[in-house]
Amino acid sequence: MSANLPTTQSGTQLAKTSAGGAIEHMYVTMITAGQLFGISVLQVQDVLGPQRITRVPLAPPEVAGSLNLRGRIVTAIDMRVRLGMPPRPEGETGMSVVVELNNELYSLIVDKVGEVMSLPQSDYEGNPSTLEPHWQEVSDGIYRLTDSLLIVLNVAKLLRQDQLNAA
Amino acid sequence: MDDLLREFLTETSENLATLDVELVKLEQNPNDPALLGNIFRLVHTIKGTCGFLGLPRLEHVAHAGENVLGKFRDGELLVTPLAVSLILRSIDTIKMILSYLEQNEKEPEGEDQALIDELNAMAAGQASAPPPSIESKPTAAPIGPVPDEFGFVPVMAGQQPVVTPAAAPAPAVVAAAPKPAETKPVADDHGIKAGASVADQSIRVSVDVLESLMTMVSELVLTRNQLLQILRGQKESTFTSPLQRLSQVTSELQDGVMKTRMQPIGNAWSKLPRIIRDLSLELGKKIDLQMIGAETELDRQVLELIKDPLTHMVRNSADHGIELPADRIKSGKQETGIVLLNAYHEGGHIIIEISDDGRGLAMDKIRAKAIEKNLATESELAAMPEQQIMQFIFKPGFSTAAAVTSVSGRGVGMDVVKTNIEKIGGTIDFRSAVGKGSRFFIKIPLTLAIVSSLIVACKGERFAIPQINVVELVQASANSEHRVESINGTPVLRLRNRLLPLVSMRRALKIGDDEISTDRTYFIVVIQTGQNTFGIIVDHVYDTEEIVVKPVSPILRDIKVFSGNTILGDGGVVMILDVNGLVTHAGDMRGSEMARAASAAHVNRADEKQSLLLFRAGDDSPKAVPLALIARLEKVDCAKIEHSGESCVIQYRGKLMPLVSVRPDIPVMKEGLQSVLVFADRDKHMGLMVEDIIDIVEEKLQVDLSSRRPGYLGTSIIAGHATDVLDAAYFLSQAFQDWFDVETDGTFGEDKLRRILLVDDSPFFRNLLTPLLTVAGYAVTTVENPNEALKLQDEGLDFDAIVSDIEMPGMNGFDFVAALRKGGRWSTLPVVAMSSHATERDVDRGRKAGFTDYVAKFNREGLLESLHQNLDIAKGGRA
Repeated sequence: MSANLPTTQSGTQLAKTSAGGAIEHMYVTMITAGQLFGISVLQVQDVLGPQRITRVPLAPPEVAGSLNLRGRIVTAIDMRVRLGMPPRPEGETGMSVVVELNNELYSLIVDKVGEVMSLPQSDYEGNPSTLEPHWQEVSDGIYRLTDSLLIVLNVAKLLRQDQLNAA
Repeated sequence: MDDLLREFLTETSENLATLDVELVKLEQNPNDPALLGNIFRLVHTIKGTCGFLGLPRLEHVAHAGENVLGKFRDGELLVTPLAVSLILRSIDTIKMILSYLEQNEKEPEGEDQALIDELNAMAAGQASAPPPSIESKPTAAPIGPVPDEFGFVPVMAGQQPVVTPAAAPAPAVVAAAPKPAETKPVADDHGIKAGASVADQSIRVSVDVLESLMTMVSELVLTRNQLLQILRGQKESTFTSPLQRLSQVTSELQDGVMKTRMQPIGNAWSKLPRIIRDLSLELGKKIDLQMIGAETELDRQVLELIKDPLTHMVRNSADHGIELPADRIKSGKQETGIVLLNAYHEGGHIIIEISDDGRGLAMDKIRAKAIEKNLATESELAAMPEQQIMQFIFKPGFSTAAAVTSVSGRGVGMDVVKTNIEKIGGTIDFRSAVGKGSRFFIKIPLTLAIVSSLIVACKGERFAIPQINVVELVQASANSEHRVESINGTPVLRLRNRLLPLVSMRRALKIGDDEISTDRTYFIVVIQTGQNTFGIIVDHVYDTEEIVVKPVSPILRDIKVFSGNTILGDGGVVMILDVNGLVTHAGDMRGSEMARAASAAHVNRADEKQSLLLFRAGDDSPKAVPLALIARLEKVDCAKIEHSGESCVIQYRGKLMPLVSVRPDIPVMKEGLQSVLVFADRDKHMGLMVEDIIDIVEEKLQVDLSSRRPGYLGTSIIAGHATDVLDAAYFLSQAFQDWFDVETDGTFGEDKLRRILLVDDSPFFRNLLTPLLTVAGYAVTTVENPNEALKLQDEGLDFDAIVSDIEMPGMNGFDFVAALRKGGRWSTLPVVAMSSHATERDVDRGRKAGFTDYVAKFNREGLLESLHQNLDIAKGGRA
């Protein structure tokens, strides 16, 4: 169920210039509770199906547990809990996007992982000022897609690691 | 070559390589205090070490160089290219001496007075006339300090993006430096021979490389396990033998990789005795260095990092701590001072204690120095507790030694020690009492270390508890000897006449409900950490496993009850419990209650050791019996003991249990409580009456004096006392003789006795099994080892079956059975293996080797069953 994304390849294409001359960025898209999110393809290590997860008692609520990904211990974060969304319905297992931050791996559990999209800079804009504060915090900005809006996630802030980052 | 010298050469050549680079950087960034401090320390280390190794020429040069660097550091001397090149020259001289040293194990003849004079003159502030060999333009000299007036220039110069006058002189100086006019260049050339240097004989591998190797090996192990799982599902496969081989190689590889990282701490201590010896001569003190726990293993990387701080602290203890013999006698102490090093594991950490019985920290001197250094005002100091004032010794440049000696006292000291220890996530703490001495505690986490852990489960989740903390496991239920009771909701356990405080894992980790009820069965892991003993209530206890501790993700780092996490052999992730954290978390468990609970006699748990129950019977000498043979310890009311004929019996769990006295010559008590060891065999019980139970200890059972007395195997030293080791089999047969005879008639009603050959190197097991097999209707012949057994084969003896141990000196069980199967009289006999290791893998291996069956030791039921079956098959086969 795991698929290694061709990160190096896509890395070279991260900011490619489309035919029209506009700069485009590539995102792995995912859906959680109906909302579309994107994470820069460079930050994504893996996409996984349901995994055996070890619960970690006393951990923050969004931590679903730890899992073993090819010999490395990965901390699983339930995105619904992290973003204050309603819990996943019974029977739905979800999928995971594995990201790396400061040499640590995290698995973000979302409802469904979609395709990799190449999005033009011209469709990008900052967060609307009325967005709820805890969403403001994790969102870098918004892409206007034809039929929906895509929120670009800030992984460091999502994992509450941005302060540590500076240290 | 002397180990000490070899190590010095390796280390120094590395330091010198760093120095060259750092000095050049310094020239470009003359006001970088970190850089200066680093250079100063490197030279200081070289100087300090040469002093101890008795290399005066080297020491003098380094000392003079250090003086100049000290002035740089204190800002008394400007860093000029001239000065730097002088330092570089002294470093070249050091290199020359070192390479000669490497070839000849002694310093070259001659002296470096001219260089030293120049250095001293520089230190004294007299910018001496430029030495003739230096070609760098003297006009460049003021350029060094110039850029710092502009502030930004040094940064640019460091990166060398532009050719500025500041950058230009540097290479020139370096090029000029290797021409020390005063030294003999011949020796220099002579010293450098490709490939022959000591520094080349060992390689340093980055821990990252080992870490990634480790990860890959873990991955390999998991894959191997999966393959074996698949293999097990198939009857016959051509993959069997290559997979077995792969499996073995994988295990060896895993061991090998793990070993590369671990070293006993003693390696870091090896040069200390000499240092102390030389130091005591130099200082005119009498010092005894004691080292405990040298075998404590820790990660190589950690070891490397604590080596220097340890050396430094031991030096400090000897230099500052221990008083002169005359002073010691005056203050009523032994003439010889003691410096004690003690290393041990505690709560998932390694603790290293460095203590001395010297004068302790001089508080007034620390206060004075703190004021002098502007670290605090007098009034501030007056308000500070002593412990806080003492912490000043960790400030840079803080030394209370009155004179700068070649030993210590330059203010490179405790601050470096503290920095180095904190770099690896450790802590340092100390206590000191004036006139009594000081004691430093270094606590290092074993982030990278491998630990043996007990795997337990709670609410379906598994956790690892470091085995080092586990004292014993107790099963408690309503009708067993141990019962969980509660005081105001706090669970406690009665264990050997003590109350053991308990922590419920469910409650502590907030997983699941936690009703303490007396009619549930509990598993209790008895934990010892430092002075505390307590029990953790868990749902299940699994196996022990060797695990590699991995640090937890930063997001989980605040959870104090876990010290790390790991991946188990089956691929699952488990959290590693930090027992200290758990206690703190549980909160209500502090204080002295725990200190007194349970006994501390059984901390180590080596494989070859076994639990022995110590008791007294009849006389003062303690007696021992393996705990594994005992089902329960009971106290029975003497009034309930009944007599049938000459023997005693008691009604026990609805049946009659025969009671046998260890000393039949002593009459059975008529009243009071009688301690009884209950032996359970098949579904029958036998009670052994003893006077009182002393303790349970873990000890290697080694019978030193064998005994001719019936009922005793011999005498062994257990817990420091000569102890009689009981022959349980003797008492078993006393109680069970009649009853086994009946069963023999019924079950094994054969005309002819089956003959069994028992091969076991342990007299204990031979003595234990012989009566068991005899009463079960077999004629038993015992031999100590396979060679004797094979001799019997050659002599033409016949047996119906062979029971053999696996681990035996000389030829082991596998080789023995292989030898049998090769052909000969006994090639088709059923051979049953008996071993303390009876995992699935062992059983597999045993069958491959040719064993008919594989039974765990102590599984006597299984052994009888197996013999019975196999003999029937064999008989059937022959008929």
